[in-house]
Parts: sequence; structure tokens; C-alpha cells
Amino acid sequence: MTEQIAPKSRPAPLREIVVISGKGGTGKTSLTAAFAACAAEGGNAVLCDLDVDTPDLHIVLAPEVRESFEFRGRGKAVVAHPLCVACGECGRHCRFGAIVPGEGGKPVIDPLACEGCGVCKAFCPQQAIMLPEIICGEWHVSETRFGPFVHAVLRPGQENSGRLVSLVKQEARNLARKIGRDTLLCDGSPGTGCPVISSLSGATLAVCVIEPSLSGKSDFERVASVCRHFRIPVGVVINRCTLNPDITEQLEAFCRQEGYAIFGKVPFDASLVRTTAAGLAATEEDTPLARTIRDIWQRIDTFKAPLLQGRPFIPAAPAGS
Amino acid sequence: MRIAIASGKGGAGKTSIAASLARMWPVPHILCDTDVEAPNLHIYLHPSLNDEEPVSIAVPGKVNQDLCTACGLCRQICGYGAIARFGKRISVFPDMCHGCGGCFDVCPTGALVEGTRALGGISLGSLGDGTPYLTGATRIGEVMTPPLIRALLSRLDDVERESHDGRDVLLDSPPGVSCPVMTVVSRADAVLMVVDPSPFGRSDFALAYEAFSRTGRKLACILNRAGQSESGDAAVRAFCREHDLPLLAEIPFSERCAAVLSRGELPFDAEAAWKSIFRDAAEKMRALFTGDCHD
Repeated sequence: MTEQIAPKSRPAPLREIVVISGKGGTGKTSLTAAFAACAAEGGNAVLCDLDVDTPDLHIVLAPEVRESFEFRGRGKAVVAHPLCVACGECGRHCRFGAIVPGEGGKPVIDPLACEGCGVCKAFCPQQAIMLPEIICGEWHVSETRFGPFVHAVLRPGQENSGRLVSLVKQEARNLARKIGRDTLLCDGSPGTGCPVISSLSGATLAVCVIEPSLSGKSDFERVASVCRHFRIPVGVVINRCTLNPDITEQLEAFCRQEGYAIFGKVPFDASLVRTTAAGLAATEEDTPLARTIRDIWQRIDTFKAPLLQGRPFIPAAPAGS
Repeated sequence: MRIAIASGKGGAGKTSIAASLARMWPVPHILCDTDVEAPNLHIYLHPSLNDEEPVSIAVPGKVNQDLCTACGLCRQICGYGAIARFGKRISVFPDMCHGCGGCFDVCPTGALVEGTRALGGISLGSLGDGTPYLTGATRIGEVMTPPLIRALLSRLDDVERESHDGRDVLLDSPPGVSCPVMTVVSRADAVLMVVDPSPFGRSDFALAYEAFSRTGRKLACILNRAGQSESGDAAVRAFCREHDLPLLAEIPFSERCAAVLSRGELPFDAEAAWKSIFRDAAEKMRALFTGDCHD
């Protein structure tokens, strides 16, 4: 009898669902929490909050923190004045206008303008400039009633949010592989810049929560272009669709034209604010709203994304952004 | 006096509040939409805008291999992973560059050829009543927003100088509490924080307060979407009292107003109190931030 050669076991690729919004305040986090409750029934998901700037998902998930870690990043330049000879070399090299001459011509660093690039430090003939590494935030691995949860918070006003987003996502991936779960469900960050692009890195599906307003439409068009730019499949949920039926219709037409999946529409429902205030996900109750959201999750969960041409390329998070 | 209208949480209503304040601002002013990732103020105010001026940063575009000795100094100084050495060859990755210029400064042979990376564009224009208006938008796929915001704000410096009268500036700011909004706040004199009283909104408000209070700027608040949860509203009021934050107005939530705003209109007609609330808030802001009373 010939021996069967077992195929090399390879970890199954993770499914990475990232809920984004373009515009803030469209209900992305409330819906992510509601989806998390549904996903918990399958027992296959690891949850993560990639909005490290202003994280909110923990408010509904009420995590029990199991492990916490510091997140360090580059700080701002600091001048050791006793060593400084006021040669002005640092100021000549700074392209961010962060160094201005102070008392006795010695440099003063504006920490809000400093990028932390370290060019001044490299060119200081006296080695009078330091760039201390600082704690920019914390990240945690937690347990919640909906499953494991990786989350973080950037210290207010700090930079490096893109790097922290990448780190949280990577840790969530590692955890998913370790405990044998095949799905990441992520609350993404708002906007179209550094943190959202880091959120989308590696995503297999971007679920865009849109609000039917002119500003919501404009922001959705921008963030959908970002997804397209990085070749990430897009599906949408139109939240508070009853607030403006005309724009809702325009959004649906736009999605059909662009080939974006429409997972569903959620009517405006004032009870969502009360549910959230009570620390519950909308789908933990039995209401018409909960049933609507459950159906939407069902469609997301079973969605087969069309194959997109080309390999997505997303630059790794730059160090200082 | 530059006043940044900011919020921490996105969707707290800062753009509609900025637009409503602008409509009721009692003296000539300048408007600037600095939320370059998702600019929306124009939707409410309909400025006429000139052509977009492109903004880019200088990045190492390529390496002149005839001059390059592959010494690796450029790679050492780069803090962003935009320069790599493969064997005896230096390669540059302009997408990763932050534009610090260290590589050009450190290269002993001048082998790096300067290129540019488009960050987006800025536009100047005005409202029907002549109020100067500035806005910007990032290029789709661009990671870095602060340099575009800085370019926008330096155009604002020019516009302020040209107006000669030291007029007030209202800045619609980016959401969040990290680099984009801090770039704006660091170049403003005062911050009006728009607070959403939901649990998410209050959590983000506390983070925003922590970030903004550290800058030493004058701060004040407006409570938006009040009246949906008494405990939420009360928590915001208590936070303001505790931190000595002037609470200048409370704007009641109504589905009717939300529907009007969704059409890109301001509810001055739909909500009788809208006008007096914002006229009053504008006066209070001026008195508080500029010490100027207008009657």
C-alpha cells in the first residue's frame, strides 16, 4: 500500500471584516457591537477595535482585561541646553518649522510642530539633542461576553496612531491563529487617512456604514475610493435610512452602479441610544431593530467577495503618523 | 482670533454647528475647513471656490546610481523605512516618506534626486456675502494629512494678512485627538468642543479634553443633541462644571432637524430656537475668547 502523503498544513487564511464609515458618527461602533453579538453565536471571531484614537467599542463590550502592554513610539526632540552652543545647525535642517531660536540663540523646540524625525539630532555637532522614546498608548488583550477582544488607546494628542492600529490588528491575527478562530471583526477608524488605511491593510471585506446625508454621501464616496485604490471589496449598510429616503435611494443606486454589495438598511431608531447607554448591543434584545441587524450580519457573514484584479498594496504604517 | 471647532468623536455635529455659528457670527470673519480627510462645511455654506491648488512634499524620487556609493547614510537617517539597501544598491520608497529631508542633507555625493508626492489640494474662495473661505482635500490613498493641513493654514495666514482687520477665523477641525486635529489646535487660539452626550460621545469628549487642555488654549463647549438621555446630558454638564469649562449652549435633538441637516440645509426655519441659540453662542464665544462684546 502506498503511503498517503499528507498535504502540508498551512494556516487557513483569516477573514478580516473591517467596519468603516468615512464620516464619523454614522453608527459604525453600535453596529459593530451588534454584529459582534451575532458573530459570538458562531464562536469563530476575534474582535478588535482599530479606532485607537477615540475607541468606543469597549463601552458596549465591557472587556475583562487579561493582559496589558505599553505602546512606545518616537517622541519629540529635546535639547540639552548645557551642551548646546547655539550654532543653529538644527534649525537649518528642520523642515517642519519646529525649531526656533530662543534665549541666547539656543533652539526652542515646538513639540506640536516636531515630527520626531531625528534629523536635528543627527546633525547636531554637540550631540545636544535627544529623541527619547515615549509611551504613546496602551493595548490590551481582553475577554468579553462576545469572545476575545484586542483593543488599544492612544494617549490623547499623541502620534503614531497608524502604527498602533497595525499592531493591534497583528496581535488580533496572532490570537485568532493561536486559538483557532478564522474571522477578525474590526471596528475601523473614521476618515480616509493614516489610521483608516492601516485599518484596511489585509482586510478581506470593508463594511461601510453610511448615513444618508449629503456629508455622509460625500465621505462614503471618498472612503470607497480608498478601498478601491487598495483593492478591498466594499459592502454597505445604510444606517438611519428613514432620515432621508431620497439620499438613501441615491446611495443604493450609486452602490449598484459601482458594484458595492448592499447588506441592508437600518431605520432611524431612538432606542439605539438607550440600548447603548445601558451597555447592550442592539442584537442582545429581541426587537424589530435587532432582527434587521441580524439579517444584515447574516448577509455579511455569508458574503463571497468577488475576486478583485491585482494584489492589494498598502504601505506599512509610517512611524510617525 | 482663530477658533477651532473640534469634537473628538466624529459625527458629533461640529460641521453643522460651525456652519450655524458662521451664519450668526456678528462681525466679518474667515472660514476654513481643515477636515481635509472628509471636508463637508461647503455642503452647508455653498462657497464659490477657485481651482484647487495642488500640494505636495519633496521626497527622494530616485537614486542616481552613477553618483551613489551605497554608503547607507540615507537609510540610517530615515526614520520611516522609506530607504532600503539591497546588496550594493539603494532603493527609495517615496510612499513611505514623511518629507523630513534628512536623506538629502546627509548624502555625501548628492545622489538622491528630489521628487514630489502629491498630498492633495487646497482651494480658496468666498461665500455670497464675501466671507473668505478656504478648504482642502487629501489625495485618495494618501496617508499623511498634517502637511496638507499645515499648507492650508499657511494660506490662511496670507488671507488673514490680506484682510488687514485682524478678523476672527472659524476652523472646522478634523475629528479624533491625534495628529490631524492637534495640527489645527496648535495653530488656533481657542477651541470650541462640540459634545455628543451618548456614552461614546462622552468617552471621546474626555479624551479630547485631555488632549486640548494640555495645549493651553482657551476652551469652551457646546452640548449637541441634548434631551435624548437626561443622565447623558447631566454627565456632560457635571464634567464641564468640574473642569471649569464654559458650556455655551445646549442644542436639542430632533429628528426633524436631523432630516433637514441631512439635506445639507441648516434648520434655521425648521427649528424656531436655532437662530437665537447660535446668535447667543456666537456672542458668548466672542466675549469669552476675544474679550470683545458686540451689541
